[in-house]
Amino acid sequence: MKPIEGYPGSKIKRRTLLGGAATAAVVLAQTAFGKVMQKAVTQAELIVDPTKKLGPPPGAIGTRSPFEKPFKLPSDTSSRTPLQDLFGTLTPSDLHYERHHGGVPLIDPDKYELLIHGMVKKPMIFTLRDLKKFPSVSRTMFLECSGNFRGSKETLSPQEICGLTSQSEWTGVMLSTLFREVGIDPRATWFLAEGSDAAVMTRSIPIDKGWQDTMVAYAQNGEAVRPEQGYPARLVLPGWEGNTCVKWVRRIEVSDKPFMTREETSKYTEPVTGGKIRQFSFVMDARSIITYPAYPAKVEKGWIEIRGIAWSGRGKVVKVEVSTNGGNTWNEALLQVPVLDKAHTGFRFLWRWNGETTEIMSRAMDETGYTQPFYKTLLEARGGTGGYHFNPVTKWIVQKNGEVYLHPEAKK
Amino acid sequence: MWIVRLFFILMVLFVYTGCDKLNSDPSEFAGSYDSSVWPATFGLGRVALAREIDSLNIDVRPDGEGLPEGSGTVLQGKHIYIAKCAICHGHTGTEGPYAKLVGAFYESDSIQRGEKTIGNYWPYASTLYDYINRAMPYNNPGTLTSEEVYSITAFLLYRNNIIDSTIVMDARTLPQVIMPAQKLFINDDRTGGSEIR
Repeated sequence: MKPIEGYPGSKIKRRTLLGGAATAAVVLAQTAFGKVMQKAVTQAELIVDPTKKLGPPPGAIGTRSPFEKPFKLPSDTSSRTPLQDLFGTLTPSDLHYERHHGGVPLIDPDKYELLIHGMVKKPMIFTLRDLKKFPSVSRTMFLECSGNFRGSKETLSPQEICGLTSQSEWTGVMLSTLFREVGIDPRATWFLAEGSDAAVMTRSIPIDKGWQDTMVAYAQNGEAVRPEQGYPARLVLPGWEGNTCVKWVRRIEVSDKPFMTREETSKYTEPVTGGKIRQFSFVMDARSIITYPAYPAKVEKGWIEIRGIAWSGRGKVVKVEVSTNGGNTWNEALLQVPVLDKAHTGFRFLWRWNGETTEIMSRAMDETGYTQPFYKTLLEARGGTGGYHFNPVTKWIVQKNGEVYLHPEAKK
Repeated sequence: MWIVRLFFILMVLFVYTGCDKLNSDPSEFAGSYDSSVWPATFGLGRVALAREIDSLNIDVRPDGEGLPEGSGTVLQGKHIYIAKCAICHGHTGTEGPYAKLVGAFYESDSIQRGEKTIGNYWPYASTLYDYINRAMPYNNPGTLTSEEVYSITAFLLYRNNIIDSTIVMDARTLPQVIMPAQKLFINDDRTGGSEIR
């Protein structure tokens, strides 16, 4: 669906679209011939009792209510998921975050081919039809960009702080299945994954991850993978930084050393203690964020269900703790079951707010014993600089007037 | 009749033992997909021809593998850079608007690093060739000849005080370039568990 109105970045101005009519909303309506059209709804039409007016017939494609306007927040390089507008843990495919390095390519699925070569017995080419015929697997998991942290001002929403994480059910063929077909040389230790975007983006990945749980996904949330997510096929590496999950994957070259591509050297490496630079830091550490109440929400005194998501690239989230008094005491939040491995996990904690200014925050613990650190702890552990893989506790200030703001701890 | 039966049993045994079952997978999840007997091959896909591999295999590694024939000079590189790169990276490589490319390495960088540049951050010279060749110019990717890529690489290495202005870049010389920041790189040192690192 084309963007319709009233959101930042929309090129179609309401006036142009509707000729300045007194419009309350824009909906998709179906003509008598089944054609779906954009239709302006006037204020007068809106106040009509819906039980006294026949609605449109069943349609060929569903639409979001015109009253709901969740949008991604695009920049030159990425587009962020509106975490504060979502419920549960699945990200609607059209709201999945985007990060690409040469735009979104248009790929004809009939011409799509995946080449696997290098240290293999038999270099092979698989078409999309081939990939879909192999035994398939579905798995619900998060994908997160490792450059997913902002925290320098009070007026940042969860989307702006860490909206580069999204969750989908991915379906595809295990890379190990394809490895068996080509016959991997036992001396192989790495493979290169290459996309067919304008950046022909590449990452080196340890071969063990390929054998273990890497998937070549052609479907997302029940339909074909979206173009922004790698149509017609992409890699998904459970729990590993998003950049390794190469989209529009066209080539896999098996090797006995890493290739030292631009993305794994000059990007996606982080300064650490001792003046060093850490490379090949693939796994996403545990993290959580309260998505409600969070900026720009406004709350009222009384019962508030604090809600959020927690996740870890190391395994399952086992516990989320919530503090409503600036970290003095912590309460165990309720985790929404089933808790999945390397997946967004919903948490909630019922809180009776007395109307006084306070600070609320959450911290995630995973099955490896890792606890999400405070900003200060993490910064010290890294030798004083931020960068990729920055997953600190997010603190929200709930003001007396009910407005909620980020407690900004970062310099930028 | 028993002979037929024995034959059948032998066949079954053969299929079972002949099946190269995936057995190294530690995750509980993966176990669910490989629960039945798999054939040694599904017979899908086709063998890739050498020319098909060659047409896609453009990667260049630190040891120089993948570098094509041809060469480039700093001077040629300067002209190509001004014509094709300066619009995004600035005439001197420092003023943008996009990615600052030039900035020499100082030992103090290992303590407090400013903006990342080729000189103060990139650990391998091969990556320059590989990346420029596959992805640049941003709005016209994959259009540079190998001479042009060698030349731009030479120019950028020169501008970052890494090579002399007279050195010609080719498949032999490029892998010999040692980038000053390489010594700062370490592999992931997180060891799992409760440690914050």
